[in-house]
Amino acid sequence: MSFLIPNPRLILPARRLALPSSRSTSPRQLLHGADTASATLSSPPSNTVASGVPSSEILSIRDSLLSRRRTASDIAGEYLDRLHKVEPQIRSFLHVSESAMKEAEEVDRMVAAGRELPPLAGVLVGVKDNICTVDMPSTGGSKILKGYRPAFDATAVRRLREAGAIVVGKTNLDEFGMGSSTEGSGFQVTANPWDLSRVPGGSSGGSAAAVSARQCVVSLGSDTGGSVRQPASFCGVVGMKPTYGRVSRFGLMAYASSLDVIGCFGSSIADVAILLNVISGHDRLDSTSSKRDVPDFANELVSLNNLDSKPLKGLKVGLIRETIGEGVDAGVVSAVQAAASHLEHLGCVLNEISLPSFSLGLPAYYILASSEASSNLSRYDGLRYGNQVGNGELSSIYGHSRANGFGDEVKMRILMGTYALSAGYYDAYYKRAQQVRTLIQKCFRDAMNDNDILISPAAPSAAYKIGEKTNNPLAMYAGDIMTVNVNLAGLPALVVPCGFVDGGPAGLPVGLQIIAAAFCEDTLLRVGHIFEQTLQNCRFVPPLYGAN
Amino acid sequence: MASIFFQGIRSNQLIVYPLAHFSRIQTAVYCTLQRPQGQARPQEVSFQEQRKVQQTSSQTTTRKPLEQNMQGYEAIIGIETHVQLSTVTKAFCSCPYFYGSPPNTTICPVCMGLPGTLPVLNSKVVDFAVKLALALNCELSVTSKFDRKQYFYPDLPKGYQISQFDIPIATKGFIDLDLPVEFGGGHKRFGITRVHMEEDAGKLLHSDSGSYSHVDLNRAGVPLLEIVSEPDMRSGLEAAEYAAELQRLVRYLGVSNGNMQEGSLRCDVNVSIRPRGQLELGTKVEIKNMNSFSAMNRAIDYEISRQFLLHSQGQSDQIVQETRLWEEGYQKTVTMRKKEGLADYRYFPEPDLPEVVVTEDYIENIRSSLPELPELKRRRYEKMGLSMQDVLFLADDISVANFFDSTLENGAEAKLAANWIMGDIAAYLKNEHLSIDEVKLTPQELAELISSIKGGIISGKIGKEILFELITKGGTVQKIIEEKDLVQIVDPGAIEAMVDKILEENPKQLQQYRGGKTKLQGFFAGQVMKESKGKANPTLLNKILSEKLNANSK
Repeated sequence: MSFLIPNPRLILPARRLALPSSRSTSPRQLLHGADTASATLSSPPSNTVASGVPSSEILSIRDSLLSRRRTASDIAGEYLDRLHKVEPQIRSFLHVSESAMKEAEEVDRMVAAGRELPPLAGVLVGVKDNICTVDMPSTGGSKILKGYRPAFDATAVRRLREAGAIVVGKTNLDEFGMGSSTEGSGFQVTANPWDLSRVPGGSSGGSAAAVSARQCVVSLGSDTGGSVRQPASFCGVVGMKPTYGRVSRFGLMAYASSLDVIGCFGSSIADVAILLNVISGHDRLDSTSSKRDVPDFANELVSLNNLDSKPLKGLKVGLIRETIGEGVDAGVVSAVQAAASHLEHLGCVLNEISLPSFSLGLPAYYILASSEASSNLSRYDGLRYGNQVGNGELSSIYGHSRANGFGDEVKMRILMGTYALSAGYYDAYYKRAQQVRTLIQKCFRDAMNDNDILISPAAPSAAYKIGEKTNNPLAMYAGDIMTVNVNLAGLPALVVPCGFVDGGPAGLPVGLQIIAAAFCEDTLLRVGHIFEQTLQNCRFVPPLYGAN
Repeated sequence: MASIFFQGIRSNQLIVYPLAHFSRIQTAVYCTLQRPQGQARPQEVSFQEQRKVQQTSSQTTTRKPLEQNMQGYEAIIGIETHVQLSTVTKAFCSCPYFYGSPPNTTICPVCMGLPGTLPVLNSKVVDFAVKLALALNCELSVTSKFDRKQYFYPDLPKGYQISQFDIPIATKGFIDLDLPVEFGGGHKRFGITRVHMEEDAGKLLHSDSGSYSHVDLNRAGVPLLEIVSEPDMRSGLEAAEYAAELQRLVRYLGVSNGNMQEGSLRCDVNVSIRPRGQLELGTKVEIKNMNSFSAMNRAIDYEISRQFLLHSQGQSDQIVQETRLWEEGYQKTVTMRKKEGLADYRYFPEPDLPEVVVTEDYIENIRSSLPELPELKRRRYEKMGLSMQDVLFLADDISVANFFDSTLENGAEAKLAANWIMGDIAAYLKNEHLSIDEVKLTPQELAELISSIKGGIISGKIGKEILFELITKGGTVQKIIEEKDLVQIVDPGAIEAMVDKILEENPKQLQQYRGGKTKLQGFFAGQVMKESKGKANPTLLNKILSEKLNANSK
């Protein structure tokens, strides 16, 4: 931890969120000490909605199970009912598990048998469809993989299951993660739960919308250039993009391997922290996964009633000047500035800082990501799996399978990437972009020397209308300006809802992006948690859910 | 005199192990040039003559016209060799690989390139690469990386091959070798441009009708080292010897079985010719599909002749950059594909794999574990006073070299040990298709055998019998001698008695001998040896026989 807490004794000892491991201990006791039963954090979801301060749904489910107030089948039933009820409008799932109820019953048997409950027992998790699941189709949102069933679970999914989670279904996305609105899915368009005429963001739009609409408790997404953070912002949920290498990529269909990372969505920081804990850590099947120890993220979160008036005193916060200037919606700028003031109020020392290489990020990102994509997508040739089209002659199979299987955006990026890697162009594009990447990494390092965290909007606007940018790819790409630099630098970043702009029936949420040094997810979660718990007058529950 | 005697026992030898002897005559491989003992001279001569005949005949078919007719021109040859590593598992996944497994039985999601899979480098591949790089006297890259080489083909499941492009693990080495004596001999040094690690592709099995093909991914992901030579070779022979030395190295190091038929060692050769003195290179032609060193030799010499012919006919413009296949059946190269410019593989750094960093300690560790390499062995054997012929034979195969070294450690004299190994033992092994460590003979017993003969306990002939016993059944020299009562007869009186008996029994031959047909001494010697059941000391026998024959003739 790089920042000081004014009086650590007030906050740290024995006053932490903990993952209870013993069936005999109530999470309430572990969370807040034996005598602090009134804490917001362990309130059931209905209370959350009422109070407006987010609380951990995972812990509340655990509490319900351990206290036997509710069964896992009850809880799963409630979520599945809601899932099916709103699905025709939201369309966030490409596939819904048929075994979710059975798995919930299994959890109930564990409870009945008095067995120790793993940390995600009975928690319904949505998984982005570019993450492999052995029991459900995994298409990456592409017609070329229509009906494809992987032979294995992604490491992140395996860890979820080992932690007792119920994978409730596969969420929609822009084909192979290439897009920022989920309109680029090969199968369907997902709507934003805050306004059904708007996009949920992308590419993990299905995962963000599903959590926002409470179709599942938490979800996994992937973030190559902002694909977790921007939809989190659009849908008013918490989104975490971990440090590159923190979470194994094994089983994640590669888009741009040097940028891809699996991330988490939840309706509270605590949920995201618990989920991140489960999926993080070295994996021998991914040699780019880090061997660093994974701190107990959830355990380091401080409960609300233990906060003093300036819980973030001394924390140095850099507001990135380039992200609140021209081209950024005024409503977004003011929401982020208000969030910055709120952080100051919590004791942070706020500075406006400049990242001189900021504007170079977008072109560098699109060259590098497209280059890697052109290579990563070569394997989809229709020969061994997926959809085969053609007259049986080899070049016809290649040509037709790919022509029919890939959507326009994917084809465009394959073409761009192939071009950028071609002899004679490599130095001008790919190599140059790598140099820019090095420059950006250095800029962030410098900025991190002077600041504990950096903040910016997560996107230059709130959710836009479906169809608004589909014919203008450059406008769509420009929407990634806030997030791509972080991927190029490999840093962790958290998006936490911080305010609203006008639009839709109940306003549109705006997310605050918080960036930390590599492997400092714990800082992000701690700051995000305090921010979330102290934010006044905001209730990030979409009208769609309220109507239920 | 000795020679006559020797022929006398040779007929006997045929009875003992006719196959071994037979094979030696038929094949005339390098190893059969020398007999185990000094007595062997005459045979050696006859073999050398036989070799000469062979040599000349092979030279008339390929080499001679080439060298004679290439006036003013020289050939430039460079070789790219792919060596399949004999690691337990593949380069980037944990699948095993066995040559000849049923199709698609040693595959997994990673080597099938299924969506979401990632390569994880097998550290043994780096160990093996560093071993070979050190053996090739290369400079190692402290930090190297993997790159993706991209092209579409059904045997390439990911659509790219993981290889090394601009920073290979090793560069700038060389290989030392000795050309075969019968081709003029000589020591050569050829440069090594680079060594890099990569993965193999699968295999396509084409249907008989040609209307479809099967894909077998067993081989996909098997680790390879690609070794690129400098264009230092000037003839098919040099190229073949380069490849043979490379094979020897990988076998010495244990990094590959080096088997060309199985494709564990594959050579692609670039050949061009140019007028002597010209600096720029001629148009190069790539030759593939040679699955033996002799095919390499012939293919290259054919290609050189073809290109020279075109030059001499003023048609040098007909030499185009292309890939040609060696057709073993027709003994010629034929066009496989003409290149339309350079293929663009769009290499870029493999983002799924971290850089490969080799530390000084790691390198030193591997360096100190290297066995004595062929070149060093040859120089050491040479210093022992062995002929180059012997040196080349003994150092050719590491198990033979180890056997030889171990025999010396057990006290045997180098030349005698070499003769036994290269003569009777090699013949037996060749005939039975065995390697030296697959037979029961141990270096200790060979040393014992040699010393028993040298000490006069047994005769050379009995020695051969014992050797056969040792190879096939094992046991110790001492025990066999005891069991079979094979101790040599060195008592002159006993031998004299046998000589007298034989002369008495063969009056007709004796008369002929005394009439001037002195060649018959061999016949008598053989008979006496037979009478002694092979145990008579040959020198004594010869001496006494000679005295008797000549004394009585007066």
